Amino acid sequence: MLDIKNLNLSISGTPILRDVNLSVGAGKILGIVGESGSGKSLTALSTMQLLPDGSSVDGEIVLKGQNILQASEEEMQRVRGQEISMIFQEPMTALNPVHTIGAQICEAIRNSTDLSKSELETRAIEMLEKVGLPVSRFPFSRYPHELSGGQRQRVMIAMACAQQPSLMIADEPTTALDVTLQAQILNLLRSIVDETGMSLILISHDLAVVAEVTDDIVVMRNGEVLDAGPTGDVLRKLSHPYTAQLAKASTHVPQRISAPVLSEEQAAKGTKPILQVQNIVRDYPTARKSLFQKGTPFRAVKSVSFDLFKGQSMGLVGESGCGKSTLARIVLGLDKATSGIVDFLGTNLATIEGEEMRKARRNLQVVFQDPFASFNPRHRVERLVSEPLYLEPQLTKSQRRDRVRAALSEVGINDSALDKYPHEFSGGQRQRLAIARALITRPALIVADEPVSALDVSIRAQVLDLLADLRERLDLTYLFISHDLGVVRAICDEVMVMDAGQIVEHGPVGDVFTSPKSQAAKELVDATPNLERALANRVD
Amino acid sequence: MPLFFLKKLLWAIATLIFASVLVFLALEIVPGDPAQVMLGINATDEAVAALRESLGLNKPPIERYFSWVSGMVVGDFGRSYTYSVDVRELVADRITISLPLALIALVLSTIIALPVGIYAASRRGKLADTVVMALSQFGIAIPNFWFALLMVYVLAIWLQLVPAGGFPGWNEGFWTALKSLLLPAIALALPQAAILSRVTRSALLETMGEDYIRTARAKGLSKRATLWNHALRNAMIPVLTILGLQFAYLLAGTIIIENVFYLPGLGRLVFQAINLRDLIVVESVVMMLVATIIVINFLVDLAYVWVDPRLRLRTS
Repeated sequence: MLDIKNLNLSISGTPILRDVNLSVGAGKILGIVGESGSGKSLTALSTMQLLPDGSSVDGEIVLKGQNILQASEEEMQRVRGQEISMIFQEPMTALNPVHTIGAQICEAIRNSTDLSKSELETRAIEMLEKVGLPVSRFPFSRYPHELSGGQRQRVMIAMACAQQPSLMIADEPTTALDVTLQAQILNLLRSIVDETGMSLILISHDLAVVAEVTDDIVVMRNGEVLDAGPTGDVLRKLSHPYTAQLAKASTHVPQRISAPVLSEEQAAKGTKPILQVQNIVRDYPTARKSLFQKGTPFRAVKSVSFDLFKGQSMGLVGESGCGKSTLARIVLGLDKATSGIVDFLGTNLATIEGEEMRKARRNLQVVFQDPFASFNPRHRVERLVSEPLYLEPQLTKSQRRDRVRAALSEVGINDSALDKYPHEFSGGQRQRLAIARALITRPALIVADEPVSALDVSIRAQVLDLLADLRERLDLTYLFISHDLGVVRAICDEVMVMDAGQIVEHGPVGDVFTSPKSQAAKELVDATPNLERALANRVD
Repeated sequence: MPLFFLKKLLWAIATLIFASVLVFLALEIVPGDPAQVMLGINATDEAVAALRESLGLNKPPIERYFSWVSGMVVGDFGRSYTYSVDVRELVADRITISLPLALIALVLSTIIALPVGIYAASRRGKLADTVVMALSQFGIAIPNFWFALLMVYVLAIWLQLVPAGGFPGWNEGFWTALKSLLLPAIALALPQAAILSRVTRSALLETMGEDYIRTARAKGLSKRATLWNHALRNAMIPVLTILGLQFAYLLAGTIIIENVFYLPGLGRLVFQAINLRDLIVVESVVMMLVATIIVINFLVDLAYVWVDPRLRLRTS
């Protein structure tokens, strides 16, 4: 169906792709795997010829016997409309916010066929039904902002399928979605391939996803294809060292030196927890029903209680919208609970303010998900990392500098970083800086909100090692929020599963993940891609 | 949706009340006694005192404020100190010049700026874009009164296409009257058009980098179709904001332009009234300008909602 031969790409003189060769058979699914900067997305965009300005390409991209690199722009518009469709990673921004979903799907069909208006609408309705958005509940007049992320990605898929392409390229189609939605979308793509006989290129950073869905695999790094072949073969044999390294990193579990801290044992021993959360409720006001009638408040957190003991690593997992971030904000004292107690080292964070809160904050720090967005780009590292020290105003300038140095060395970053700006660091280094910033007040508890989700697998493994190492050395306690069960399993002692504002399951990680009891936990565990399980389930 | 209207309306009224207090206070603080100015420097103290009494200037400010505001609510703007006619008549006369002038200028600047901005954006980085942007930079830099003088010289004196100044009145025929407003309207519009075209261009270029534009291109739409069907409406949001702000600027700009072109409009009226300490006229005209601008902003708010469906959700 598609043959890419000796593809080279450079953008403004910088070589990006080198001698890329790959091919997809009719009705087959090809996975392209690689870390960020590997060139997997640009390979796709080269095929679509939607490359940024200043790109120059050579080689051959042969679609159904025709080298489309030679095609004119007009010819390419036909190819994009009728032969190749593409869906993208970010469903939140990939649809035009000012047009209805109906208009956007119909536009795609109109562009690839000469159907009449009513035929066009019939096909759009068919497509929406096929992706699980029945017109009775999702009429054409819906706007993208009225749909959730998963629903928007379904609209994207409906739009791409409506053109009845012979090849679909899906660029990280599920990376921005929850694991349960991810499983649904992957199943949907798989069934569309089976049903229509189109070919699919699935671009992903996740080996487990690729192992579950694809027939063949291509592993890329720095613009080059390193490894390729039938998925089962490549991932079982792991004969290429880089593929083996990726597989190892994605299932990496940092070593736990001291024994896991388990709530039951601690409670039996009568140890006092450092954090006691009791019956936390958080209501959000909703829009007024009318001028004289308030809306019914939305209860984001419904009576949650748990204890955290010193040295414990507690995971908090759940789908987006389950209330885990709200709970985290309440624990951090960034949000006030409507009712309930957050007893942290003897003070109730739910009631204190001002000076008392500042004192409590010294023992309570946070690491956020996005190492790119959580630093002010115009401040230098010294200032960024020392920021929490405003909580300790008695320090002199040189003491502050020493503290920054110490924190940086804890996370393995050289002193020379002090005067640099955040953009001079890679994603993994930035996350180290974020951890250093959290460590600088020598806190007792660190709340980590998806601290490794934005990182490539090999970097993720390093950062997890760092977190595990710091826990041992500094006797830290973690509240670790993630949608990635693999990560929680790797680093946490216990896990709490949250669903619709409540904790529905709580126990040691091993127990919850091997024999989940609640429906929500079961769904999460089943939906989480798992390389071993995926390989075991493969028929080839 | 009705709640949204109501909220906006309440805000508009609150803004009006606040503005009326400000206007009143500002003119209270400004030095210069209207009675003294009207009677001249040589007037006796008794004469001035008598005039103050008859104009009602001796009453306490609070009382004067309320009688002024309550008068305006029922359409009574008071009597001009200097012209001894109802301010309403005075204003009604002048507004038939200033409002059309500002509106023509607004329409002109929009119909120049949008195509120019779109064109420049579609030719980004090419010669046409560079030339257009250089010209617009020029348009922003040149003061409109200077540009007006230049146009008078070329179009009115040299080519004799339009009158150089003055206004014959609308009863001299629609075209004759319109012709004499054309030059001042162009002078007002050009700098605004220059700003607006730059905003349009940059807003469009920003939207052209959005993910949904890539989606549209991946669907097989041409660059052109993508720009018109997907980028333009999204780019209209910042453009509308600027358009709303510009109308206020245009109304204020008429003060200078009307003086340059000898147009008996509101701007000239205010200018003269300030010089003559005709406070009641100044207050009334300023309040009218404030009200017009509030109405325009209200319309811009509605236009946002029309352009961007996401706002409908938030406001309903």
